[in-house]
Amino acid sequence: MSAGTPLIHARGLRKEFGTLVAVDGIDFDVQRGEAFGFLGPNGAGKSSTMRMIGCVSPPSGGTLRILDMDPVHDGPKIRARLGVVPQMDTLDLELTVRENLIIYGRYFGLSRKAVKERADELLEFVQLSERANDRVEPLSGGMKRRLTIARALVNEPEVLLLDEPTTGLDPQARHVVWDRLFRLKQQGVTLVLTTHYMDEAEQLCDRLVVMDRGSIAEGGSPLELIRRLSTREVVELRFADEAPHVDEQTFDGQVARIEKLPDRILLYTDDGDALVPVAHERLHPQSVLVRRSTLEDVFLRLTGRTLVD
Amino acid sequence: MAYALRSFEYWAYSYRRVWRGSIVTSIIGPVLYLSALGVGLGTLVNKGNKLGVPYLDYVAPGILAATAMQIGTFESSYPVMAAIRWTRQFHAMLSTPLRVRDLILGHQLYIACRLTMVGAIYLAILAAFGALHSPLALVALPVVVLIGLAHSAPVTAFSAWLERDEGFNALFRFGVMPMFLFSGTFFPVTRLPHPFREVAYATPLWNGVDLTRHLTLGTATLWRSLAHVAYLLLWIAAGQVLARRTFHKRLVL
Repeated sequence: MSAGTPLIHARGLRKEFGTLVAVDGIDFDVQRGEAFGFLGPNGAGKSSTMRMIGCVSPPSGGTLRILDMDPVHDGPKIRARLGVVPQMDTLDLELTVRENLIIYGRYFGLSRKAVKERADELLEFVQLSERANDRVEPLSGGMKRRLTIARALVNEPEVLLLDEPTTGLDPQARHVVWDRLFRLKQQGVTLVLTTHYMDEAEQLCDRLVVMDRGSIAEGGSPLELIRRLSTREVVELRFADEAPHVDEQTFDGQVARIEKLPDRILLYTDDGDALVPVAHERLHPQSVLVRRSTLEDVFLRLTGRTLVD
Repeated sequence: MAYALRSFEYWAYSYRRVWRGSIVTSIIGPVLYLSALGVGLGTLVNKGNKLGVPYLDYVAPGILAATAMQIGTFESSYPVMAAIRWTRQFHAMLSTPLRVRDLILGHQLYIACRLTMVGAIYLAILAAFGALHSPLALVALPVVVLIGLAHSAPVTAFSAWLERDEGFNALFRFGVMPMFLFSGTFFPVTRLPHPFREVAYATPLWNGVDLTRHLTLGTATLWRSLAHVAYLLLWIAAGQVLARRTFHKRLVL
């Protein structure tokens, strides 16, 4: 594989289940060493895409090359070099933490000796050494997640696939997971992840694509997407009663765009503070908040919907 | 095959936690059955020696074959559903170099080992009860494995196809239980009226019982035995094909 060849290369990639089109012809390339994200709401086709990249689910159409191989014919060879953190845990709850790692390493054909050493290293890395000989069942969600990540690293993969790595975790547990993933990235592991959390995408991804209804709406680095598709700041207005009618004229052209959500109105502008007195005077909102634009705003702009319902 | 051994190891690993209880059960089971049916009931039935042998010697190979069926069926029911839906261990395996066929083969291999262990214990106990009439009984050991797999392979497919575990109740009540009672385990199927007799002949268990019985009693003939073996192999092959299909639907699509 030459230096310029992307690690993962997709053109017109499709996945259909009967008449349902889960992935509707997407193009993307993932380069070695980067953290690449698929951002989108549930049902956007992220997981189907991940399962195709993971060489579990065969594509229905288009081109997909992984590590310069064909996933349909070279599935086992490719999977030997991937690490997979699935959306739903696949740990054996009856076995111990360490046994889960050992068994998984054996699936890759590692020797017993090698896999035991590797297991101890990995438990150290995900801060589970003290729980090594405990059964998995009573562990917290965050610990199980870390164990799943450790397990995915047992074969020293070149690419780590993470399908919603922190969904369902409390904020503290999420930060621990992010920290570990960030370290892996520093070590040169290519990360491919899906998420419907914009903060996760912003934290972890060098580059991401925004997916909606099986298609890619936009792509780029998080900052670039925000710059290109949103304003610098956002003013959020909440109302005690029904929100009043608002349009661009209300603010004499100081507002680039307005989004009306069920519970609030978002005003997109480059100078939020300047808008606050005007908003108070003309609309009498219950509360006003000025914040920076995020990927959530990008998503809203692209799809007219929020990421997490 | 190397890949199948890797998935086999998972089952072996899980078995390590329960092996003591499992061995004890495999010893107590045949002792209880043979005492109750062979020694207890056996002195009441078979008056006039219509069977040609003591009832204990008649029923023992039947129970051995039926036990192989039960192990094959049970080990492919809840454990397979668990690996697909609950522990999702099959999903974990498929994100490694293992393929669907390795999953099925590895699990079948594990069941074959279980059957060999239980079969060996059973035969030893049968020998202690004096129920083995011929050295041919040793051939019954691989036959026990065949009987178990002839049930395990199709049940594996069934378990992958099943949406909820309630379906297993039906399997045990309407599949395993009637086969256990009416496939020549306790009495010759010639006692059954038509067409039930023909149904019994078509079951893999009857073929297994008949084969095992002729082996332990030393009355086996080559062609009849080979026909039984071929029929059991057919169930294994068909079961594996179906299992691969249902696994693909459940795990890959």
